[in-house]
Amino acid sequence: MLSPSSGNTVIKSKLIGRRMFLLTAAKAIVTFGIIGRLVSLQINERTKYKTLSDKNRFREWKLAPERGVIKDFFDKEIASNQQVYQVHLIPENSKDIEKLFVRLKTILNITEKKLFYLRRVITKQKPWEPIIVSDNITWSEFSRLNLFLHELEGVKPIVSVARMYPDNSSAHILGYVSQVSAKDLQTKKYLKELHVPGMSIGKTGLERKLDEEIIGKIGFQRYEVNAYGKRIKQILINEGQAGKSFKTTLDFEVQKFSSELIKDKAAAVCVMDVYNGDIVSLVSSPTFEPNEFVHGLDKNYWNSLIKNEMKPLTNKAIAGLYPPGSTIKTLVALSALENGVIKPLDTFKCEGKIELYGEKFHCWEKDGHGIVNLRKGIQRSCDVYFYEVARKLGVDKLSETAKKFGLGKKVLNGFIEERAGVVPNTKWKKKFIGQNWYLGETLHSGIGQGYFQSTPLQLCLMTAQIANGGFEIKPRIIFDKKNNNLREYIKYKNEYPNDPLPTDLLISNFELKPLFKNQEHINLIKDAMFSSSNEPGGTSYRHRWENKKFTFAGKTGSSQIKRFTEAQREAEVKQESLPYKDRDHALFVAYAPYSDPKYAISVLVEHGGSGGKAAAPIAKKIIKKVLERHELRERIDSLLGEQV
Amino acid sequence: MFRARSIQSSLSIKDKFLSIDYILVISIFILGLTSILAMYSTDGGELRYHTQSHILRFFVFFGMFLILSFIQIRFWHSQSYLIYILFFILLLGVKYFGLTSSGSKRWLDLYFMNLQPSELMKVGLILFLAKYYHRTSIENLNRIRYLFLPVVVLIAPIILVATQPDLGTALLIAAGGLTVAWLAGVRVKFFAISGLAFLALLPIAISFLKPYQKSRILTFLNPERDPLGAGYQIIQSKIAIGSGGLFGKGFLQGSQSYLDYLPEKHTDFIFTLFSEEFGFFGSLFILFLYAIIVWRIIKIGNVTRSNFGKLFCYGFGTAFFIYVVVNMMMVLGLLPIVGSPLPIMSYGGSSMMAIMFGLGIVMSCKVYKDTPVN
Repeated sequence: MLSPSSGNTVIKSKLIGRRMFLLTAAKAIVTFGIIGRLVSLQINERTKYKTLSDKNRFREWKLAPERGVIKDFFDKEIASNQQVYQVHLIPENSKDIEKLFVRLKTILNITEKKLFYLRRVITKQKPWEPIIVSDNITWSEFSRLNLFLHELEGVKPIVSVARMYPDNSSAHILGYVSQVSAKDLQTKKYLKELHVPGMSIGKTGLERKLDEEIIGKIGFQRYEVNAYGKRIKQILINEGQAGKSFKTTLDFEVQKFSSELIKDKAAAVCVMDVYNGDIVSLVSSPTFEPNEFVHGLDKNYWNSLIKNEMKPLTNKAIAGLYPPGSTIKTLVALSALENGVIKPLDTFKCEGKIELYGEKFHCWEKDGHGIVNLRKGIQRSCDVYFYEVARKLGVDKLSETAKKFGLGKKVLNGFIEERAGVVPNTKWKKKFIGQNWYLGETLHSGIGQGYFQSTPLQLCLMTAQIANGGFEIKPRIIFDKKNNNLREYIKYKNEYPNDPLPTDLLISNFELKPLFKNQEHINLIKDAMFSSSNEPGGTSYRHRWENKKFTFAGKTGSSQIKRFTEAQREAEVKQESLPYKDRDHALFVAYAPYSDPKYAISVLVEHGGSGGKAAAPIAKKIIKKVLERHELRERIDSLLGEQV
Repeated sequence: MFRARSIQSSLSIKDKFLSIDYILVISIFILGLTSILAMYSTDGGELRYHTQSHILRFFVFFGMFLILSFIQIRFWHSQSYLIYILFFILLLGVKYFGLTSSGSKRWLDLYFMNLQPSELMKVGLILFLAKYYHRTSIENLNRIRYLFLPVVVLIAPIILVATQPDLGTALLIAAGGLTVAWLAGVRVKFFAISGLAFLALLPIAISFLKPYQKSRILTFLNPERDPLGAGYQIIQSKIAIGSGGLFGKGFLQGSQSYLDYLPEKHTDFIFTLFSEEFGFFGSLFILFLYAIIVWRIIKIGNVTRSNFGKLFCYGFGTAFFIYVVVNMMMVLGLLPIVGSPLPIMSYGGSSMMAIMFGLGIVMSCKVYKDTPVN
């Protein structure tokens, strides 16, 4: 009994031992499995989980920075900030969003559409990120909201600041701000770190150009929160940084004055300091109300803007392209002189038209100007004279000079709406139109028609560079004390008229870039422009200033929209009797005062008819205004100079 | 027979002390101290309720373990069935007099502590089956007649525990019992047949599952299914462990637990907390301690003469291992959250008591390794 039992026990022990061995092997495998999992979580994926853990720990609330202001030359704020009342809502703090919406609807003026939009926003963002229910409510709504606040869990009344434009005269050059769109986030890199719900960014004009700097640095509050979203402690607070403020070269008074002058027309005005390129005024008409864009645009207003035939949203001064018309004649004459094609006293006979290459080319003066030299050609704006000059000069040489003076390229930096225009030549035509140049087209180019396209700003720059004696300047709109070299050069020349240094060397000492071979040629053009404005027979003689202080020298131009038919020419159809859309664009460029040029101006009136009639009177008034304010400007300039 | 008796009777007190497995005792002690450290961290770095009562329990039950070690192996053998019956009565008591907490009835109020008999039953069943299979001859082992009693003693407590409801503990009780049966030599085909029967009954079983239990299983299969609901625990636990990295965030620096992202951090998720604060190396350290403990238990099974001792040590050692890995795999996201404590580390008196009770019997097997039991 004992023996089999003990034998049995031994067999059993062996069986147990065998099975235990199998179990031990299984345990080893499971243990290694667990170690493997630990390796994968704590070593391989530790960065991922650390990030997730930090996301658990911290919550950030971003604070929108205050946008910098834009000032004019006299430190008047032309784009400023204004206190606004807003309603924010933190979804996770509200127990029942729908109930809250119903309650909010009775207190504020919220449409069903807006609520629909808000619901969509809520699903898209983190529950602790605030959504903006309304970004601009009235004081009475705001106080009512505060009264009922205790029953509105999750709602936060906020006093914030938003963009405000005191006036719409500078709407085009300043541009406007509006809500960040999905496309903005994609295309603008600097917004990636900056995005705060409800923040506005510059969409056009200076607001857009300066956006990156003017927007400021975002602030944030970082809290450690527990699993229930309760703030445990504040880890970090960064107030952010208000955006940089900018001082511009604009004169708000002149802006308002010019804007008022052209308000009923589709027109543009550009005024520039001829020595340093400071843009004193740049207005386009009709204008729009930039404040409307700040807090979500009203659809009706938007429709009225885009349906308006006079295109109020376009900044015509830099984005409107017009054939320069007769204003180009200054450059044609200069180019011909510089290239030695003509002498100032060479004459041509104008009989009202010439026939070349089997085509008739008309002068605007049906009866002709008779014997015409350079000075008379510019004074009377004789087309036949310039047909002859252009024929001799050739389009390629003309285009070279035109480009040197800033035509055919963007002259301002960083304005997306600015357009380059066209300075045609044989190569250009071959490349863009795919055809050879016809000689007849040279003649059209000689009077600024045909393919020529320019902006009023370019024409202003062209005139300024003639007025300052033929030196290159760069238009600028952001105030910058530097770059007074040209003025100093002129001052030096006046003080030491007999300086033995060769002019070339002197010019390069002042880091100037001359646009001429012989400065005498520039003076000839300036003198011819004087005669055009101030001598009987000149195209803008009727609108001259007798007062020496305001005397300007200018050049009229009208750019043709439709070619006159022979029949119309015979019938002597007047511009005023044509349909609005078919009338010529009126142009006028000038510099003033003649004796000591300070400013250049260009005026464009779309479908205004002739430059002398429609554009020159406007320029005349603005010139007076600008020159009256010159001393004030000068004083500020010298004050600022001392500070440095 | 006589020789054996003489050896046993010749054991002096000194011999008994010398025959204790000190490696096992020291490992348990270090693990206990580590658990106190972890508990201190769950209390946010203060000596508060959980830490205080954990310290008390550890030392009380550690003392109990040492005392039980010197009780004759024969006593354990002779009283096995009685102990099982006692635990079973306690389980029945839970059904009628139990305390209900968070939807399940698991505890008996013993005034000085709330006892969870299901934890004790984990050891009680192993003890019962170790004796049963010690006494069953190898010829009879696989006869249906002899399978009847084991099945009853296995099923009865499991049903009681599962209906508390406490599915996790029920499964762990079953795991311990099945291990002993298998080790004793019950044919694999019986396990296979009962496994198939279980599968066949599974749909019916599922229909009895509470919604939260169903959702736990679904959540395990896809934790991101409901990140703020049932999947929350698994996700947050993985974040805590993963963010610990190699060296951990430092003692008392576990942001996940400190900021209440970890659910039940002092019980089921204590390993997560430790892992977050001490990193990969800390986790390995814990794993290493448990490996030593399991190794020593199995080793004691090897050296003990009686099949009762072997079966108990192997069975308990394996069950202990299963408790550890089930808990770890659970917090590592490898198993559904079934609610099983980590032996010794987790806060909980009954679990500590049961483990120390089992370890005491194991140590008794060591001290009286050459003593025959019948």
